[in-house]
Amino acid sequence: MGYPHQPHPRETLVLSKHFGDAEARTLDGWKKRGGYKALEMALGMDPVAIQNVVKESGLRGRGGAGFPTGLKWSFMKIGDGKPHYLCCNADESEPGTFKDREIMRWTPHALIEGVAIGAYAIGAETAYIYIRGEFTEPIQRMEAALAEARAAGVIGKNAMGTGKTIDIWVHKGAGAYICGEETALMNSIEGRRGNPRIKPPFPAVAGLFGKPTTINNVETLAAVPHILNNGADWYKKMSRPDNPKSTGTKLWSVCGNIARPGNYEVEMGFPFGEFLHEVCGGALPGRTIKAIIPGGSSVPIITLEEAERGVMDYEGMVSVGTMLGSAGCIVIDSAQSMPKQIARLARFYAHESCAQCTQCREGTAWTTKILERIVAGDGTAEDLDTLLDIGESMTGKTICVLSDSCATPVSSGLQKFRHEFEALITRKTVHAVPTVVA
Amino acid sequence: MADTPLVNLTIEGRPVAVAPGTTILEAAKTAGVLIPHYCYHPGLPVAGVCRMCLVEVEKFPKLAPSCATAVAEGQVVHVHSEKAREARKGVLEMLLINHPLDCPICDQAGECELQDYTYQEGRKDSRYREPKRFNAAEDFGGDVRYVQNRCILCTRCVRFMDDVAHDTVLNVSERGDRAFIGKFEGKDLTHAWAANVVDLCPVGALVSKDFLNKARAWELDRTASVCTGCSQGCNIIVETRDNTVMRLRPRSNESVNQFFMCDHGRGDYRRLNRRDRIEVPSILGASGHVTVDWDVALEAAARVIKGKRVFVLASPNLSNEALHLLSRIARRSGGAGAFRVPLGGEAPLPGAPDLALRADRAANATGAQLLGFTRHDAPLDLMQAGDALIVADHDLTEGDAASLSKAAVTIVIGSAMPANLPKADIVLPIANVVEEEGTLTNLRGRVQRFLQAKAAPGMARPSWYVLADLLGALGEKADYFVAGDAFGALAASEAAFAGLTYDSLGLRGLPVIDAARFAEAAR
Repeated sequence: MGYPHQPHPRETLVLSKHFGDAEARTLDGWKKRGGYKALEMALGMDPVAIQNVVKESGLRGRGGAGFPTGLKWSFMKIGDGKPHYLCCNADESEPGTFKDREIMRWTPHALIEGVAIGAYAIGAETAYIYIRGEFTEPIQRMEAALAEARAAGVIGKNAMGTGKTIDIWVHKGAGAYICGEETALMNSIEGRRGNPRIKPPFPAVAGLFGKPTTINNVETLAAVPHILNNGADWYKKMSRPDNPKSTGTKLWSVCGNIARPGNYEVEMGFPFGEFLHEVCGGALPGRTIKAIIPGGSSVPIITLEEAERGVMDYEGMVSVGTMLGSAGCIVIDSAQSMPKQIARLARFYAHESCAQCTQCREGTAWTTKILERIVAGDGTAEDLDTLLDIGESMTGKTICVLSDSCATPVSSGLQKFRHEFEALITRKTVHAVPTVVA
Repeated sequence: MADTPLVNLTIEGRPVAVAPGTTILEAAKTAGVLIPHYCYHPGLPVAGVCRMCLVEVEKFPKLAPSCATAVAEGQVVHVHSEKAREARKGVLEMLLINHPLDCPICDQAGECELQDYTYQEGRKDSRYREPKRFNAAEDFGGDVRYVQNRCILCTRCVRFMDDVAHDTVLNVSERGDRAFIGKFEGKDLTHAWAANVVDLCPVGALVSKDFLNKARAWELDRTASVCTGCSQGCNIIVETRDNTVMRLRPRSNESVNQFFMCDHGRGDYRRLNRRDRIEVPSILGASGHVTVDWDVALEAAARVIKGKRVFVLASPNLSNEALHLLSRIARRSGGAGAFRVPLGGEAPLPGAPDLALRADRAANATGAQLLGFTRHDAPLDLMQAGDALIVADHDLTEGDAASLSKAAVTIVIGSAMPANLPKADIVLPIANVVEEEGTLTNLRGRVQRFLQAKAAPGMARPSWYVLADLLGALGEKADYFVAGDAFGALAASEAAFAGLTYDSLGLRGLPVIDAARFAEAAR
């Protein structure tokens, strides 16, 4: 939890410990809080040794896919004679997700330290932090912190006086969701249209400017200094005893119809039901939660009952039929119309489709038009089958997963809340708008 | 070339062996399996965006885009499995939801891949109930009109301009279903090779302004030929209707023009359709030209030539066969021949090796030189006083006209009367390049065949036929019954052409013996 709220006692504050603490934004303030010790240590280590520590810690990508970070780093062949690049994905555009924003707003040096360590660990001398253009304040904070770090010689041609080069640059996005897809992000940095690239080649082989590249999320990189400082075992311990595959802490962005929305940092394996009801304060007065999208808008929608059975780690979310994703948890209560909410999500994806793949370009827009027609009261019984069929055409057949992301909430929503769609089609009211709660 | 072991795989149950790195789509072609596709084109970088070429590969978790997936040893590929067909059906339905379905007024109808694949494996109806997107058509400059509503955004045109023409004019603008092919401000499709985007467009989105609404694709007869717009010798298809050339389009030849031809060459069809043709043989009498029969005209021509030195002003656009026979007519009299090549600006296609609209705006200057004709800026300077002059389809300049008085007699053998020629004693009409068959030698010494696409006007005959008859009238045996016979005689007597046969040339041609020296000139 961060400003303006006090953390909940059941949170485990690692990344968010200094949220709300303005002094932590400065280089001196950050050093006073133990900052840059890990970088100093890292620069004295062998890059492969750093990769191994991160591998050992079990850290996985926090951007959504959950790929093991150490393993990803090990794809970069140190000393292959080619320039390597690190891209930090700070495009955080997934609806419902706002954790990276807070890391950059409050602890910009934490990210710089993580990026510097990551760059060094993969043999890169240049790193780019790709920040979504709408993040005006985080961009300012990052630029200011980078200027301080450069001036103090923390990064640059002689980082921490070690003679090693670690240049870090901020690159601003221009408002496209798709630029958060790693290959589109690289195209965008190169000055091209932000279209995802076909894989293979994978970024570790031919990425930014055609050179070996690693792309890591803000939260992933910000966790690395803590792992170096405290050791892989410390990080690994923050997990379910029966599930060593998800380790560490995770920032959850909670929004929607919930008593206390905000960012929460909990250990992997935290019970989802307790999280929602206790940590986040549960439903708004007089309402009941009916649906949760736990991992950013592109993961399957689950019901409250399913959520209550879930535990908050990668595997725990899968076992209740959804995904951890970017942990942007959207809570929807009984006052909302599911068709309307889902139509709104579909419209987002239709707007953001890069227009390369046929199924995505046409399918996202078609899905949206059908959903909006249903919401407007002009739906037919066939529409629901058509929606599912279009969704099938849009899943697993395109260059990136934007298309799948649009189909997922539609198909899961239809599966779990079909009655709401059917009621709209047969013109029955299913959700009474409650009276204003005093 | 080192022997690289081939990769063995199975496509639609057929065993295929191809070089490593080959895509599944290309490998399937070698097995005779066409995988439907839109964005893929062998002359362009792979985009992998239309998702039409998805195939099922055993042990792959998802369908694979065959244009972007390399073959692997032991792979088993299913093109027509239920899963792959359903995926393509889905793509086709999506491509059509905003398509205007205006085939009856679309130039592409009949040669439209959207039409073809939809008939082949699309849905019988659409489930789309929403309003269709509509956008106005736009003039893209050059010869290109963009009908946005029909566009499937395969981006072939964008990639051609960026990666082959190296002239960034087109882009994909906007996102989602609002996306369209945009044109950068202040830019137009005026590149010398820009009209290739019309051929590349698999649907009716990019159409030729010149050809617009002139003919339906199914009305056209198609004949393999060679462009005579310059010395490059691009392989083309001549498309005719009612004995009129409607359009010229490129025919692929990896050794010459890849998949392309320039806009200048496309415009050449107008010259091929010119109406001011010589249609009958004639002899200049006391009161002007008198139409005569071929026997009379040839006899008369032989009579005036006999005993004189013959000088041939031969068009560098004539076939090798005609030039060979003309050189024999000149040589047997101790005469000579020359030509002038019209010149223009050179316009390369940078993304294709050794491909350009050449400065030499004639198709067979190389052949003419190999066959003993002298290239000269004032070719009639080489004529001697008292020569019998044969003007073979070659235009004259005003400067040339001054030299004409040296000629004892002037015979025109041509498809049209040469410019600036005040007087011809005998006129023999010949077919033009699309009305006869024969061969041309391009600037790299490649001998390529062209076929007859339409009938010659009036009494005009193929050039090799007329010249062989003239040789016969002069007493030299030249009994050729088909153009191939004339080529055979040429190959038998001209060292440069030794070893070539009409059949072995096929439709893609072969280089002459010392073609290396022409290739050298390319560097």
